[in-house]
Amino acid sequence: MPRQITIDPVTRIEGHAKITIQLDEAGNVDNVRFHVVEFRGFERFCEGRPFAEMPGITARICGICPVSHLLASAKACDRILSVDIPPAAEKLRRMMNLGQIIQSHALSFFHLSAPDFLLGWEQPPERRNLFGLVAAEPELARRGIRLRQFGQEVIETLGGRKIHPAWAVPGGVRNALTPAGRDALKARLPEAKESALMALERFKKVLSTHKQELQVFGNFPSLFLGLVTPNGTWEHYDGHLCVMDSVGNVICDFADPAQYGSIIGEAVETSSYLKSPYYKPLGYPGGMYRVGPLARLNIARQMGTPLADKELSHFKTLGCGAVNASFMYHYARLIEIVACIERLEGMLDDSDLLGTRLRADAGVNSLEGIGVSEAPRGTLFHHYNVDEKGVVRKVNLIIATGQNNLAMNRTVAQIARHYLTGSTISEPMLNRIEAGIRAFDPCLSCSTHADGRIALGVVLLDATGKVLDEANRL
Amino acid sequence: MAAKTLTIDGQLVSAEEGQTVLDAARDAGIHIPTLCHLNGIQDIGACRLCLVEITGSPKLLPACVTKVQEGMEVQTSSDRLRRYRRMILELLLAERNHVCSVCVSNGHCELQTLAAEHGIDHVRFEYLSPRLEVDLSHRLFGMDHNRCILCTRCVRACWHVEGAGTKNVAGRGIQSRIISDLNQPWGQSETCTACGKCVAACPTGALFNRGATVAEMQRDRTRLEYIVTAREKSQWIV
Ligand code: SF4
Ligand code: SF4
Ligand code: FES
Repeated sequence: MPRQITIDPVTRIEGHAKITIQLDEAGNVDNVRFHVVEFRGFERFCEGRPFAEMPGITARICGICPVSHLLASAKACDRILSVDIPPAAEKLRRMMNLGQIIQSHALSFFHLSAPDFLLGWEQPPERRNLFGLVAAEPELARRGIRLRQFGQEVIETLGGRKIHPAWAVPGGVRNALTPAGRDALKARLPEAKESALMALERFKKVLSTHKQELQVFGNFPSLFLGLVTPNGTWEHYDGHLCVMDSVGNVICDFADPAQYGSIIGEAVETSSYLKSPYYKPLGYPGGMYRVGPLARLNIARQMGTPLADKELSHFKTLGCGAVNASFMYHYARLIEIVACIERLEGMLDDSDLLGTRLRADAGVNSLEGIGVSEAPRGTLFHHYNVDEKGVVRKVNLIIATGQNNLAMNRTVAQIARHYLTGSTISEPMLNRIEAGIRAFDPCLSCSTHADGRIALGVVLLDATGKVLDEANRL
Repeated sequence: MAAKTLTIDGQLVSAEEGQTVLDAARDAGIHIPTLCHLNGIQDIGACRLCLVEITGSPKLLPACVTKVQEGMEVQTSSDRLRRYRRMILELLLAERNHVCSVCVSNGHCELQTLAAEHGIDHVRFEYLSPRLEVDLSHRLFGMDHNRCILCTRCVRACWHVEGAGTKNVAGRGIQSRIISDLNQPWGQSETCTACGKCVAACPTGALFNRGATVAEMQRDRTRLEYIVTAREKSQWIV
């Protein structure tokens, strides 16, 4: 059971998400820092490799969302080839991303987050998990598990059974959908849709009883960044790069997301080993922005499918121009699941998906390639520089969890301000910090237990930097 | 040609005079692991994976270059042989950078297959992790020194099958490298005919078609034997 361990920041987090809460002289929360593990040394690992290997390599680097890296990487490689990939290949890639969003969101909602708000904070951590949910709401839990499986099945049907499908390649994809695979997926669609809608109804009840969470769990103005189609429809694979302010004004709209460098800066703080991207025109840290489901739904004017559109209009009524409560990430996730299922419904009959022209062939035609797509957790940027032979010389990745870092800091600060009493870290506060972070669904691969709890280390410092209290949840 | 009778792993085997122990064993359906051997290309006995025990011989002998003899008693697998083979494979893996999961040959690699066959789930030796280049200067092919095991199959295919003489070995011991011509970028070689025989011969992910991604290199290594047989015996056996 709980052990006391001290985590030296230099040794990285090693299985912990580490949070430092800094108090001011009056004993109020002054600053909070949430340290996230990032791929370090990753760039070095890719340097010197043929660029064609990048989709496979990056898919291997991150075990949590391999498909997202695979797609963003393949898109960056398409740019190096300077080709338009065959239409069938693009549709198939889109299809895989839809599967990925479904499975990732289902995991986040049902397995990780729902136990918190469906079972209640008072439940001990041992019970506040998927197993607890199965006991309390068996039908919902069962459907959630199957919904995630459905998303995984979409991925496997395209990429094969192996966990990391190096299926998307520069210029296209390796194989198409088979008629048998298509039929199997089609057969599962109705149930998946029913489950997603059921979860939506259930969550709307949660909203009415969780007013405090809505107020306190990361509710603050920020920018939102994401992809969207030119006419403002929800987008996950391509489209414009858009930044919206906290009241719903579009303040930046790039037709070519590859221009990201002119608006996204990356701050590195000495106290942290994490890059914090920010919106350049507003500086650091004022240019804090959020990415992911909440941002995408704020930016999108419509989802493009009937049921999801209906939900989106309800969602929009919950904010003023933009929804600022991070607790609403959960709601946004469910709406996106519905949208993905509806889109799959709409596309599975397309005979292009069974096509044979799947891969454009070309040499190195550009020494730079930037691939941008929407991972379940948010906008993902892959930026490569190669030499004229196609050997990778420089790699820069901007991942969702990094981009949400500033907002996660703010979230933890807000929760700490609300729940911190005196100079000790209480159990209720720890629970809520964990849930507040989880709304962002950060990819803390190294610090998430099998049962979904985040291994947290929280340190409370007074104004002089003296440790007042330390709590570790292993 | 006279026939020779010998025993391999206790099994009575008849072979042609001049045949190697490896060939005789394979004809009899007995598997001996190899790496530097490739059907159709002359053997040099370099990798030592095919070592066998022969009764009466104090040392282990490579099956790929040892000729059969009347009454020979061959053991192809014993604890000692398995230990040595495992060690050889581990040393090969430790010498350069083998990251199978992202390698172009993943799933179709002779080294990887042998490592799996020998139950190598970890390497006991310290990895040298050298920083090596990938030569992508050739129009069609790439050479990744990180995956090369210096079996010289490419060199022999290039010299003896294609007759181009582009591929060579430079340096000694651990510094040895496969080079093109006078150690210039492959794409600048004046002798390379771009026939791809070296790529077909390579057992690992060291030589590959440009643009190949993870696990995409599947090669038909029987083509080389086909060419050699056709040329030397005027037999076109597909
Ligand atoms: S060459 Fe073979 S052993 Fe080496 S990394 Fe590639 S697959 Fe693995
Ligand atoms: S490049 Fe391939 S065939 Fe040539 S020596 Fe290296 S491993 Fe052997
Ligand atoms: S196969 Fe005989 S020594 Fe390599």
